[in-house]
Amino acid sequence: MKIIRSMVLVSGDPLSLERGAEQVFQALQNAIQAFGLSDEVSVMMIGDVGRHDALPMVIVYPEAVVYGPVRPDDVRYLVEEHLYKGRIANELLAPVRELSGRVAWVAARKGTLPAEQRIVLRRVGLINPDDIEEYILHDGYTALGKVLTEMTPNEVIEEIKKSGLRGRGGAGFPTGAKWSFVAREKSEKKYIICNADESEPGTFKDRIILEGDPHSIIEAMIIAGYAVGADEGYIYVRGEYLLAQERLRRAIEQAREMGFLGKNIFGTNFSFDIHIHTGAGAYICGEETALIESIEGKRGQPRSRPPFPTTYGLWGKPTVVNNVETLANVPPIILNGADWYRRFGTPSSPGTKVYTILGNVNVTGVIEVPMGITLREVINIYAKGMKGGAAFKLAQTGGSSGSLIPASLQDTPMDFDSYAKAGVALGSGALLICDENTCVVDLVRVLMNFFRRESCGKCNPCRIGTQRAYEIMSAISEGRGKMEDLDQLLWLSENMYLLSNCGLGQTAGTPIKDMLKHFRAEVEAHITLHVCPTGVCKIKAFA
Amino acid sequence: MQSENGNHKKEKILAAVEAAIERYGARREELIPILSDINRVLGYLPPEALDEVSKRLKEPHSQVMSVASFYQMLSTKPRGKHVVQFCESAPCHVVGGREVWEALQEHLQLGAGETSPDGQWTLITVSCLGLCSVGPVIVVDEDVYGNVTPERVPEILARYH
Repeated sequence: MKIIRSMVLVSGDPLSLERGAEQVFQALQNAIQAFGLSDEVSVMMIGDVGRHDALPMVIVYPEAVVYGPVRPDDVRYLVEEHLYKGRIANELLAPVRELSGRVAWVAARKGTLPAEQRIVLRRVGLINPDDIEEYILHDGYTALGKVLTEMTPNEVIEEIKKSGLRGRGGAGFPTGAKWSFVAREKSEKKYIICNADESEPGTFKDRIILEGDPHSIIEAMIIAGYAVGADEGYIYVRGEYLLAQERLRRAIEQAREMGFLGKNIFGTNFSFDIHIHTGAGAYICGEETALIESIEGKRGQPRSRPPFPTTYGLWGKPTVVNNVETLANVPPIILNGADWYRRFGTPSSPGTKVYTILGNVNVTGVIEVPMGITLREVINIYAKGMKGGAAFKLAQTGGSSGSLIPASLQDTPMDFDSYAKAGVALGSGALLICDENTCVVDLVRVLMNFFRRESCGKCNPCRIGTQRAYEIMSAISEGRGKMEDLDQLLWLSENMYLLSNCGLGQTAGTPIKDMLKHFRAEVEAHITLHVCPTGVCKIKAFA
Repeated sequence: MQSENGNHKKEKILAAVEAAIERYGARREELIPILSDINRVLGYLPPEALDEVSKRLKEPHSQVMSVASFYQMLSTKPRGKHVVQFCESAPCHVVGGREVWEALQEHLQLGAGETSPDGQWTLITVSCLGLCSVGPVIVVDEDVYGNVTPERVPEILARYH
């Protein structure tokens, strides 16, 4: 290993690339060479750094100074000041944003600004994801070592149960319980699957984790394997996530070389290996049984449950299916203990949640905050308010199947139970924030178009229901709707919920119900007055 | 000439199938990676390729076809030299996606799923690509463009002439 004095990271997400990250990267290499620093400074492009307010960003370690936005012309000065003369180039610093600090601020939030609380994203943007040694330097594979040498499988499961960790894919199922179901199955073969088929519109938290800290997922899967008695794992990554696939492949190779994967890990008699399976573009494959079908090489059509994958999963064997973010919580829980984890979030939903903030706000991007903060806090503090000072109209949480949250629910704490009590769902963590210029009819039409397109077609209620719902929404949006259509929509959404085989059809009608509950007057205006109050829908002329 | 071209085409298809099966093994559970690789090399999945895969994997043709037609990233129809993907999901839609979609259709003179007569362009709509913080998003071949506006559409497409 070459002794490197400084490490320089350049953000390489799509927006950075578009704004000249590549040129900045080139300029950095040239300038570092020009100052004769090539032997002591390394430069690399990383993926998404998790904030998008000053791209492209250049981050210099070990001082962790964040510069941005950096233009190619700035680079020579930056290198001369910071790397050559050792002074921070103040003019180029990115705007200050509060970051982490291990504060349990839910307990002490009165009147204070919340900081982010990074547990699963703690290494993202801070380490080179292609280098296993950096992961190890940042506590990597320490939890695995602890598990294999100091804990029994049962103790691992008990610790996860005690932490209260709940699935972060959307449903919030207790992770420890899921593991214990598989652990008690008597089977020679069991599997661990990491669900990285993130395709809920608006959600890209898992991509950020996979691109920024791939080893954390590998480590968690090995721990899960040890806990339930599985020796083989699959990571199902969506086909569109090319960079994540590449990073995972490299990470798995490195983990094998280091002996973290393979036979007799840490000299114990526990063995585990991981394969990558890439998707080919199908939203439904995020449903766990459809995902399993897809790994088996079939159409991604969900199975009927029960039996659940915990008893009858991949190739009929007991299988744990966990979301990326869920798994990323496992090593820190093992390392710091369940009590530590419970200091964050709320009693029934401990820990943090990674949210993606989108829509008509000033700052979009990713945040990791304790469970239980409110939508108003997200909008005002993290998103820095609505764009152009427009009024907030609604937010959709958790992607297409999520709930439409009206302004009246802005102060409901965002955790699984508080949301359930208010009759809405938290979902996968996408927060699509819409302003007063958004037409609810147009929005729901777009959502129904999504479902009719992504319905796998296996069961009739979903296949036909989503198509009908789309047709009716289109008619209303064009001014051709009738009042009876609204009853028809409710009937459809109720029956899709009751009769569909899987979560896709069961939740497809959620936005319809919310639309009619909170925004009925606006829908009716399209029908009775042939007017779209926001002017978004193109109402066709009437004779 | 005709048959020589035909032979050349057939050889290319068989070579793509061979390479994919070589890489993953002739096993049913590898069907999706195999088809993805062939699709990447040939731009789509021609009938001859599906026949060959069906033979080599000893799987009924209908089974191979049912997988090939299910997944968004696999195409059983030829596509243009450049493929423009437009994200039609809600996060892109509410930040100006609708106007970008109109500009794309007008500029290319194509509707969703159509290929231009000269074989240059295919325009398709896709579901969320996971790049939502920079919406509206379009992808041309493998290049991603974020924060797209209708005004930028001609300039972006001009890079591919």
